[in-house]
Amino acid sequence: MQVYADNAATAKIRPSALQTYITTATEFFGNPSSLHEVGQAAKEVLEQSRASIASVLNCKLKDDIDKEKDYDRLIFTSGGSEADNQAIFSAAKFGAKKGKKKIISTAIEHHAVLHALEQLKTQGFEIVLVPVGTDGIVSVNEIEKAIDENTCLVSVMLANNEIGTIQPVAEIGAICKSKKVLFHTDAVQAVGHIPVDVNALNVDYLALSAHKFGGPRGIGALYARKGAPLFPLIEGGAQERGKRAGTENLPAVAATATALTEAVTSLKETAEKVTALREKLIDGLLKIPHSALNGDRNKRLAGNVSFCFEGIEGESLLLYLSDMGVSASSGSACTSGSLDPSHVLLAIGRVHDVAHGSLRLTLNEDNTEEEVDYLIQAVAEVVQKIRGFSPVWRDLQSGKRNYIL
Amino acid sequence: MALYSEKVMDHFRNPRNVGVIENADGVGEVGNAKCGDIMKIYLKIENDVIADAKFETFGCGSAIASSSMATEMIKGKPLSQALELTNKAVAEALDGLPAHKLHCSVLAEEAIKNAILDYYKRNNLPYDATLEQACAHCEEE
Repeated sequence: MQVYADNAATAKIRPSALQTYITTATEFFGNPSSLHEVGQAAKEVLEQSRASIASVLNCKLKDDIDKEKDYDRLIFTSGGSEADNQAIFSAAKFGAKKGKKKIISTAIEHHAVLHALEQLKTQGFEIVLVPVGTDGIVSVNEIEKAIDENTCLVSVMLANNEIGTIQPVAEIGAICKSKKVLFHTDAVQAVGHIPVDVNALNVDYLALSAHKFGGPRGIGALYARKGAPLFPLIEGGAQERGKRAGTENLPAVAATATALTEAVTSLKETAEKVTALREKLIDGLLKIPHSALNGDRNKRLAGNVSFCFEGIEGESLLLYLSDMGVSASSGSACTSGSLDPSHVLLAIGRVHDVAHGSLRLTLNEDNTEEEVDYLIQAVAEVVQKIRGFSPVWRDLQSGKRNYIL
Repeated sequence: MALYSEKVMDHFRNPRNVGVIENADGVGEVGNAKCGDIMKIYLKIENDVIADAKFETFGCGSAIASSSMATEMIKGKPLSQALELTNKAVAEALDGLPAHKLHCSVLAEEAIKNAILDYYKRNNLPYDATLEQACAHCEEE
């Protein structure tokens, strides 16, 4: 059996989105910046797509360049990473001008955020990464305590990419609002999966990526609230109202709008169906001795199942699973190319020995109960096989080493 | 191109010499769970020849394949020859390893040296002092 359970890495493109992609590429081949009719027809698709996505996110756009500052903006980027980078660097540049060079974020952010912050650190910014609890959720109080008069930006992800935990973004946003500090959320894993309303969430910036909800790869968007500073990362033209140069990837933009509309239309039913699959999978995997679920069981994305298994290493687990037709991922060091396992697993208190044996299975509505049964069986089989020749497992079994899980 | 060669995948899927030798004449263990790689090699030694070798490994695909290949390469060989086995030879026998996985072949070389050193020590046999140095850093990493 072939089971694709790596939807948080990338989800299969929706047939409707693919159709839009093809139609747009074929019929609207013009450059939206061209003045002729062919170009303007393309421009119309661009703006319709933008309006469609904006309406899902509840942001208020105005297609009037002169009054741009009075309205929210939604600009298309090459993906979530670029959108995160642009939000963070824009807020930092603005902060530096005002002498505010402190940024608050969390220990479990995606590298698109963490690496951007590391770069700012070399430019004299003070970066505070607030820890999370063993449940994988950041405390609103801790964020509030970290904010001071030098703070120019707070960045907290909406849903974590590894363990799926959903962060209290709306509450943190309310605090930032009252303290007049810019607030960014990396919503890449959340959009299309949980309700996302930029006003309800009190965010100034929000990054999304299309391929996480059945759109194409290589396309994302950045929402910036009215008045939130926005500077281009890429110079070279007036596209996206001067905030992102380069000819628009129109087929991908249009396909993103189709995918998102479809995703949110059935969001509730999909979440219910996928949550049931997730619960079944978690129950099944918990039967494997000395295993543990990572992150809060309930405050997590419908499709995310992240586990640690003691006595084994994640890369060999993935490769044996791949041989059994299962596509999954892991936060082990061997899969990251470094000696350290996932910073997210370490942040929730998993020690190195255990964090190496991690497995992430991410489901969506295409997965079935039969597939979940197969996943449970395949993982149990492979874990047992690897433990069978693991010197660590032998030491645990003989009592030479104490179980952690 | 795939991450690993066909040879690596073959030794990963069908590891040779997996297991434990009860009453082994020499046992070598290197690496630690913190780094994500532990290799343990068991040797049966008869008349200065490696009569049998088995391994247990906690680690990634290349660590398992390196253990499998390395044990194959020393079985039936005199100790003097087994001591000459380099990580490079193990990696080459596997048709190469990705650069960031070369340390797995280093672990295999060190685990074998460690197991032979253990044998020398248990039997109060003389050994080259450099062997001790070769193993000294194994534990750390």
